[in-house]
Amino acid sequence: MSAENGVTRRDVLRHAGAATLAIAVVRPPIGEAESAPAAMQEAIRKIVGDAKINPGKVKLDVPPLVDNGNVVGCAVTVDSPMTAADHVKAIHIVNEKNPQANVISVRLGPRAGTPAIATRIRLADTQEIMAIAELSDGSFWSDRANVIITLGACLED
Amino acid sequence: MARALINVPARAKRGEVIAIKTLISHVMESGFRHTSDGVRVARDIITTFDCTYNGVEVFHADLYSAIAANPFITFHTVATESGTLVFKWTGDNGFSATESVTIQVE
Repeated sequence: MSAENGVTRRDVLRHAGAATLAIAVVRPPIGEAESAPAAMQEAIRKIVGDAKINPGKVKLDVPPLVDNGNVVGCAVTVDSPMTAADHVKAIHIVNEKNPQANVISVRLGPRAGTPAIATRIRLADTQEIMAIAELSDGSFWSDRANVIITLGACLED
Repeated sequence: MARALINVPARAKRGEVIAIKTLISHVMESGFRHTSDGVRVARDIITTFDCTYNGVEVFHADLYSAIAANPFITFHTVATESGTLVFKWTGDNGFSATESVTIQVE
């Protein structure tokens, strides 16, 4: 190939490669809300407002591989003493790829004793789900889990 | 009246944390499915679930379409005094179901 305008094929490839690398580096690491898609982001913003979401304190327990997305067991536990001064106020679960990002929102108080809930959810596709806990001091904590779904919910008639 | 199953220990020690399991029969039609002729099936889900302990709310949940059919919810509460736990589910199309369970605290 001739070097038209002084740009060789080799130059083009080299720059394209560098650009791809730059995108890969700039993308934030998974573990923060910033990597979530728009619908999930919006649902999270509605829950937390402008507050910062910290990773930790929350444990989201879902099976990593699920045959049937119509019924997926899902449990959330939060590390909290559940006293009047320091307790979990709310637990939310949001997902990435269902038609609606919200899954469940739960309101608790010191009378809950143990901040642990469990339910069964639907997942339309292989995706990441996220549990967010709001503590009485106004801070938000979260955990994320990836679930591989063989047969998604919402597909059958 | 939808059938509901509730598991609460009949007796508990004062101050003990008890686990409560609830299940109610409901289709939880998501509103995102279509029939074979392409008509969207209207949403019909349970939207809220409440638990009150002698009249005081101890647990509240807002449910969305992503909750599986026959919603199963477990949570915990502190056994403070003998009395009644009332569970209430409400949803689309005027759905409402109430169940109550008594607990003996010693």
